[in-house]
Amino acid sequence: MADPVLEIRDLRKSFGALKATDGVSLTLLPGEIHALIGPNGAGKSTLIHQISGALKPDGGTIRFLGQDIGGLGMAARARLGLARSFQTSSLAQEFSALRNVMLAVQAKQGSSLRFFRPVMRDKSLTEPAMAMLERVGLAARAQVPAAELSHGERRQLEIAIALALGPKAFLLDEPMAGMGPEGSKSLTRFLDDLRREAPILLVEHDMDAVFALADRISVLVYGRIIATGKVDEIRNDPEVRRAYLGDAA
Amino acid sequence: MTRETFANALLALLLLAVPIAASYMGEPFYVTLATRIAVLALAAVGLNIALGLGGLVSFGHAAFFGLGGYAAGVLATHAFNAEPLLFGIASTTSMPVIWLVAIVVCGLVALPIGAVSLRTAGVYFIMITLAFAQMIYYFAVSWPAYGGEDGLSIYVRNTFPGLNTAQPLPFFLICYVLLLLGLLLFRFLRDSRFGAALQAARQNATRLAAVGIPPFKIRLVAFAISAMVTGLAGALFADLNRFASPSMLSWHMSGELIVLIVLGGIGRQFGPVAGAMLFVLLEYVLGGITERWQFFLGLILLGVVLFARGGLIGLLAGRARHG
Repeated sequence: MADPVLEIRDLRKSFGALKATDGVSLTLLPGEIHALIGPNGAGKSTLIHQISGALKPDGGTIRFLGQDIGGLGMAARARLGLARSFQTSSLAQEFSALRNVMLAVQAKQGSSLRFFRPVMRDKSLTEPAMAMLERVGLAARAQVPAAELSHGERRQLEIAIALALGPKAFLLDEPMAGMGPEGSKSLTRFLDDLRREAPILLVEHDMDAVFALADRISVLVYGRIIATGKVDEIRNDPEVRRAYLGDAA
Repeated sequence: MTRETFANALLALLLLAVPIAASYMGEPFYVTLATRIAVLALAAVGLNIALGLGGLVSFGHAAFFGLGGYAAGVLATHAFNAEPLLFGIASTTSMPVIWLVAIVVCGLVALPIGAVSLRTAGVYFIMITLAFAQMIYYFAVSWPAYGGEDGLSIYVRNTFPGLNTAQPLPFFLICYVLLLLGLLLFRFLRDSRFGAALQAARQNATRLAAVGIPPFKIRLVAFAISAMVTGLAGALFADLNRFASPSMLSWHMSGELIVLIVLGGIGRQFGPVAGAMLFVLLEYVLGGITERWQFFLGLILLGVVLFARGGLIGLLAGRARHG
């Protein structure tokens, strides 16, 4: 088996008495979509925050491409190739969609301590950024400020920004949230292709999407992973059915 | 030509034409008034880099304004008394050298202040920058070697090669050209990659970090550049008044710079120019009528904050556009 791109071992995080992450271990393998599911409050976003560097875990290790990234900040992890999207869109609101993506292109190219050349006339920024917007189908809205985009468009923009980083792994926190059936379907097709570029750790509530996309699924309940396996194994796992899926699955 | 370019050009021309005309009509007082506008505007252009682009509400920029002023005052005093500086280096009255000293000193002081202050945000950032500035203020007041509470007189205005700086108009022109250079720098910064990162740090620092750009580093560089521009203005201000006063370091001055920017338009290239024009004119016109002119300044500021968020530039040129 290939070495995992991302390997989390015995990760722990408590908020007071609440164990939000209670000894979580999981791996993300090359070329796969690993879905992380679980009821509300299970600690999915907390886990993503710790992997991306927004939160500091109390214990455990996170290895990315064989390197221990536990001591690195969020920006340093992003530079290593760990791209995340946010559950609630997190964008530079005054900037246009294009400028939001340009920021990622600029970050990927290296130093931001360049003081003189105007970015809007810099084709090495505008052209790749425009190409990313075209890929997610947002090119027509390139000049619109992020604050004026619709909810679904902001989700697409989040994906375009992550793409522009040319990452080694994606952490996508509920990319389908609030997108509507049409949007979810087209995003599902899009993510299906995306795994060929880099593996995806996908937090998602939309079970149709999860079952259609995931190579493996981990189920998180009260900060613990109660099961990890292929789609069918998870569907038929009695503990998972009891804790989470209910009769619907 | 956009409406904003037009408004900016108009302000720049106005600020140039009035003192030239006044000079030919033998009214040097108005030249001095215009110089005061140019120098305060330059100081506010500096603050506008941190406050306008970066959203860093520094309530301690008087520290840099005053340090620039004392750089001019101290060098001039040493040169006047023919006392060498540290290590036997001879002092100078040459403005370009003094400016360089002011800029370097402010940059060096801003880095540690910024490194500490930028660990905080919001009200704490405001308070900690204020505290640093007040520390420097009390230090200056209690240091008798350079005038202490009385400040430091500059007996003869410092010199600039090829110009007679004792005359109001040439000195105005020096300040005006430096203001234009400061405005140009502001524009380059705003439109550059650095500016994109800095403005993104103001709008959403998490987003900036998530693409791999550390907000702290960007803000620290911005804070230092901002301090250097304000420090340069401080050196000019001391030469304008032929006096480096501790009041340049006090929190009133920090507040005044923020007021200039709010009046003119936060984050707008010519906001500080418009703000300084309005401020100095009010100070002159209302100040001639009543000692309590600042009461009316307060009313106007209230009006701007409540009804014209974009400041004067917002009224003249419409809302800001981000490409």
